[in-house]
Amino acid sequence: MSEHSTYVPGNAVEKWLDDRLPVVRFAKAHLMDFPTPKNLNYWWTFGAILVMCLGVQIVTGIILAMHYTPNTALAFDSVEHIRRNVSGGRVIQATHAVGASMFFVALYVHMFRGLYYGSYKAPREILWILGVLIFILTMATAFMGYILPWGQMSFWGATVISNIFTAIPLVGENIKQLVLGGFAVGNPTLNRFFSLHYLLPFVIAAVVALHIWALHVPGNNNPVGVEVKDSRDTIPFHPYYTMKDLFAMVLFMIPFAWFIFFAPDILGHPDNYIMANSQVTPAHIVPEWYLLPFYTILRAIDFNVLFIDSKLGGVIAMGGAMVMLLVVPWLDTSKVRSGNFRPMFKWFYWLFVINFIGLMYLGAQPAEGIYTVLAKVCTAYYFVYFLIVLPVLSRIETPKPLPTSISESVLGKNAHA
Amino acid sequence: MFKSKFIIAALAVVVGLSSVSAQAAEGGAPIQKQNWSFGGIFGTYDQNQLQRGFQVFREVCASCHGAHLIAFRNLMEPGGPQFSEAQVRALAAEYEVADPTADGGVRPAVPADRWPSPFASDQDARDAMGGALPPDFSVLAKARGVTDPFPWWVTNYFTGYQEGGPDYIHALMIGYHEEVPPTAPEGFVLGDGQYYNDYFPGHAIGMAPPLSDGSVTYEPGEDGSTVPETVDQYGKDVAAFMMWMAEPHLVSRKQTGFAVLLFLGLFAGLMYATKRKLWAGIEH
Repeated sequence: MSEHSTYVPGNAVEKWLDDRLPVVRFAKAHLMDFPTPKNLNYWWTFGAILVMCLGVQIVTGIILAMHYTPNTALAFDSVEHIRRNVSGGRVIQATHAVGASMFFVALYVHMFRGLYYGSYKAPREILWILGVLIFILTMATAFMGYILPWGQMSFWGATVISNIFTAIPLVGENIKQLVLGGFAVGNPTLNRFFSLHYLLPFVIAAVVALHIWALHVPGNNNPVGVEVKDSRDTIPFHPYYTMKDLFAMVLFMIPFAWFIFFAPDILGHPDNYIMANSQVTPAHIVPEWYLLPFYTILRAIDFNVLFIDSKLGGVIAMGGAMVMLLVVPWLDTSKVRSGNFRPMFKWFYWLFVINFIGLMYLGAQPAEGIYTVLAKVCTAYYFVYFLIVLPVLSRIETPKPLPTSISESVLGKNAHA
Repeated sequence: MFKSKFIIAALAVVVGLSSVSAQAAEGGAPIQKQNWSFGGIFGTYDQNQLQRGFQVFREVCASCHGAHLIAFRNLMEPGGPQFSEAQVRALAAEYEVADPTADGGVRPAVPADRWPSPFASDQDARDAMGGALPPDFSVLAKARGVTDPFPWWVTNYFTGYQEGGPDYIHALMIGYHEEVPPTAPEGFVLGDGQYYNDYFPGHAIGMAPPLSDGSVTYEPGEDGSTVPETVDQYGKDVAAFMMWMAEPHLVSRKQTGFAVLLFLGLFAGLMYATKRKLWAGIEH
């Protein structure tokens, strides 16, 4: 881990510390000197943006927890209390609520960047797998966070999603009761979701630490996808990428602030301003936008397959859609990482992006008419892309010639320009 | 190359976010959007309108609907109807609130008290209202919305359209029919104690038409100017007041937003210049 270290303790105290706990040496090696490919584009800044998002959510969340009351009779009004009466509460609450959406915007961009540039390929499989775990943990955390305001969508979202567990044969009902702390969503559910919603971000932070560790062993992938050959291909992380990342973070804060101050409710659902009521079911139960693609996959399986009924089938499909991401490094065996050099891959990739947006759109539509057909088509392509397109392309595609090094590709680019 | 990909990604995000609001509004006629003083990113509340809306709320709505998150003191805070402190104290004193520490268990309200609910419990309200529960007004304006047809809701993310609630409330006020109109769905039958409304989901609403032309008397302004005493105007005024109840800090929120965005814009510019200078010697 410290093979790049150029740290020389400046005085006796630093030397004393360095002999016992070399944190300064570690920080210098990994936050400053770390050799980073010099051709990273702005899509690579989303890792730093995501660290910022996690930080914002944790800080605002800790403050919100000081004023929030996890009790079914009081929760809804306590969120309004934060907005109306707590100093700065409306900005902190809006930042946390909008922050969840911005987190997922960055998360999806980061993942699609990885998928396009083949960042999951050897030797970065563990890095990718840890990323998928962060994604799943973040979805769970966001889902539980959405329950806390105790609005209609909170309650009914929890009811619908917890019913997923009952699809599991034999033990499903018991698992559901364990998760909910009762037969239906109620006060024990709110309490345990609050507890877990506070816990999981720190678990995420720990996995992020592993994710960054796994990044720092092989180093960054890059837009060309050719491994770093020598020091001419790299520049130190600091000041070059610290500066670039900081600039990107500030840029990212502009739409973030736009939503916080000018449209704080536009990303939510009006029904969540109605307090949870187990006697009144909303006309359409819709999860938050970032969960919609997987919600569509869940609903798309409305037919039985052999002994698997449609409910279990939907759960398998939705779970499979996430778990499958873990094995992507072994589905795409093409030696070429970057999509820039894969003429056929490009088409299927962008179709996959459009298809994913389609899944998102369909998740918010009622499950009727043309929407159910489209949901099946889009779900099918989601799986076809990973299970058929990627493995087959790896065999039949002739990639464009790769530059011999990052430096060469950079020179080539500048010669064209 | 970078640019076109960026545009595609930006569009993707926008379309993705948009799918949330793409709910089908069943059984409702398309709602006419109104021109609200607090609409858009530059909008602020019209103090006179909020005062008129409060009058409609107090004289008409408050006999059935509560607003338990609103305290009397809110009515004198900046950015709202901003009555004077003396007015609010006098107003509060007209109401009695339960207080176990007071002689007889009740005392006159003070500005710190919440707006008293017209019924002791939801069940009392249902019993009095023939089974229908009049919803609390505190955040009701944000609990209703307007659905724009595909693909026009995308523009809402850029205009900051947050006035769906007031648009719906105003539409509901003007949407009543004395009897079932020919535009009603095939085979529509109105139940006992129900009224036909163009904009209510399912059209059968339990609330009798609450407003009629001239039912609330507005004081003329100091310069003698008057406001029409029509259902349309009452509906707009009370919808604006309800939006204020749901979002009392809207004006200061937007003001802060301009400062924040201005700062971020300038900061981003400086950061970009620094980044360019730093990277100038690096071929990348």
